[in-house]
Amino acid sequence: MVDAAMAQPFGLNHGTAPAPSEVGGFAGWILAKQAEFYRMLSGLIRAAKADGSAAYTLLGISFLYGVFHAAGPGHGKAVISSYLVANNETWRRGIVLSFASAILQAFSAIAIVGVVAALLGATAKVMGDTVRVIEIVSYALILLIGLRLLWVKGRALLQAVGLKERAHAHDHAHEHGHGHHHHHDHDHDHDHDHDASAWSHGHAPEPSELAGVHWLRRGLTAIVAVGLRPCSGAIIVLVFALAQGLFWIGVASTFVMGLGTAITVAAIATLAVGARELAGRLAKAKPGAGVIILRGLETAAALVIVLFGAALLTGYLASERLMGV
Amino acid sequence: MNVLLRILFVSLLVLAAGSLAQAHPHVWVTMQTELVYAPDGTITGIRHAWSFDDMFSTFATQGLESKEKGKFTRDELAPLAKVNVESLKEFGYFTFATADGKKMELTDPAPGFWLDYKDQVLTLNFLLPFKKPVKAKELKVEIYDPSIFVDFAFAKDKPVQLAGAPKCKLDVVLPREMTFAEGKALSQIPAEEKNTTMAWGAQFASKILVHCP
Repeated sequence: MVDAAMAQPFGLNHGTAPAPSEVGGFAGWILAKQAEFYRMLSGLIRAAKADGSAAYTLLGISFLYGVFHAAGPGHGKAVISSYLVANNETWRRGIVLSFASAILQAFSAIAIVGVVAALLGATAKVMGDTVRVIEIVSYALILLIGLRLLWVKGRALLQAVGLKERAHAHDHAHEHGHGHHHHHDHDHDHDHDHDASAWSHGHAPEPSELAGVHWLRRGLTAIVAVGLRPCSGAIIVLVFALAQGLFWIGVASTFVMGLGTAITVAAIATLAVGARELAGRLAKAKPGAGVIILRGLETAAALVIVLFGAALLTGYLASERLMGV
Repeated sequence: MNVLLRILFVSLLVLAAGSLAQAHPHVWVTMQTELVYAPDGTITGIRHAWSFDDMFSTFATQGLESKEKGKFTRDELAPLAKVNVESLKEFGYFTFATADGKKMELTDPAPGFWLDYKDQVLTLNFLLPFKKPVKAKELKVEIYDPSIFVDFAFAKDKPVQLAGAPKCKLDVVLPREMTFAEGKALSQIPAEEKNTTMAWGAQFASKILVHCP
């Protein structure tokens, strides 16, 4: 609150008096744990000043905080999971993307506090303004990734729908269409309409250029979009550690937090990929409609990314604070 | 297949919805509140004293110039106090008041707000006047952050006071008791730390009720 920076994260709901949210059950437990671990950090940093061995406890709690924090709300894991579903990526790629974005997020927080606070000695407000700029870039990137995926996947969906209709109407008509429509897409999906396996190979080339061998280079945009924005908690912890003359302890804590975060995000991403693969396998049993369902799913995932990007960018949705995954 | 499709779409929705949920607090505020009445018995405003937790206090004072290291005078903190109250406006000062069930509008803080820094804790002092002072049979004041980024809890000592309210009855509805886990976490916070509230969210929201004849 104390500065524009911290003000931004508050995000939605200003002006009116919305009903206080109820927190209970599993979500409440996650919240409780996060708050508990977060509150322990300041005491542990102080303790580490007097007794070096407290640093190990600090790292342990930082790790747990990261794990629980990522299990709570945050746009990062939703964007990553949707990205993986839309692109039909493997779980291995999902884990790589999750770790890369979490580590980038740690670097981002360390760089901001290291440069702005430690080197330049600037105020919290300057730090907040810096985060605000980074935030806008990050949200705009999410929106762009979503729009691009929506364009590619939406077209593929329309093609699949059109193809099915034509196949119904004239048995042979579709053979025509393909040569023209898809020859630059490397599209295996529709070439053999009656060979179900052709389009349902889990990771056969997609009807887009997005999920090919250059997945990592393309995934880099997603990593940057999600990982650029630092955690508010990490920033506060780093500044606190800096003030205690223990900046390096703060840096270590931030990285360990990132590791914990990465594990949770990777687990959720793996679940999403698993669901997508299950859908692929089941769709195999139903040629024609199966393609449409898969393309529909990918389009929906792309749409989710667009909605997140737009909501975050317009401030309608408060992202998980300076700190969210 | 339709069932599967539905399951997948629902999963996506749940994932999205879950991400819209609330975060955990990053800032803890221990507050003392004073309800200010005019001699004719109308309620004119709310005076807040909000103490921030030590981590946030350190964060907020980062890079501020001070004559004596680790200490800040009221003057040195004046620019920060200004930023504080200005950015709080967007959030309605986290203060929600109703008089006999009707929402009461607040104006900007009266001049003369200030921050002080004691034992590594920042305290923001400000007075929020009501746009239209009224006489109310029942006045309800709630102070909370709907997004629970900031956790508000009343101080143990003098949480709420009535200034000049004749014959009114004050009730402070305190949040529910802490759970074992919360209590345990609390016990691990060093004793010298001032803000030791582990409360969060609406379950823990505190409410001020004033009944006047």
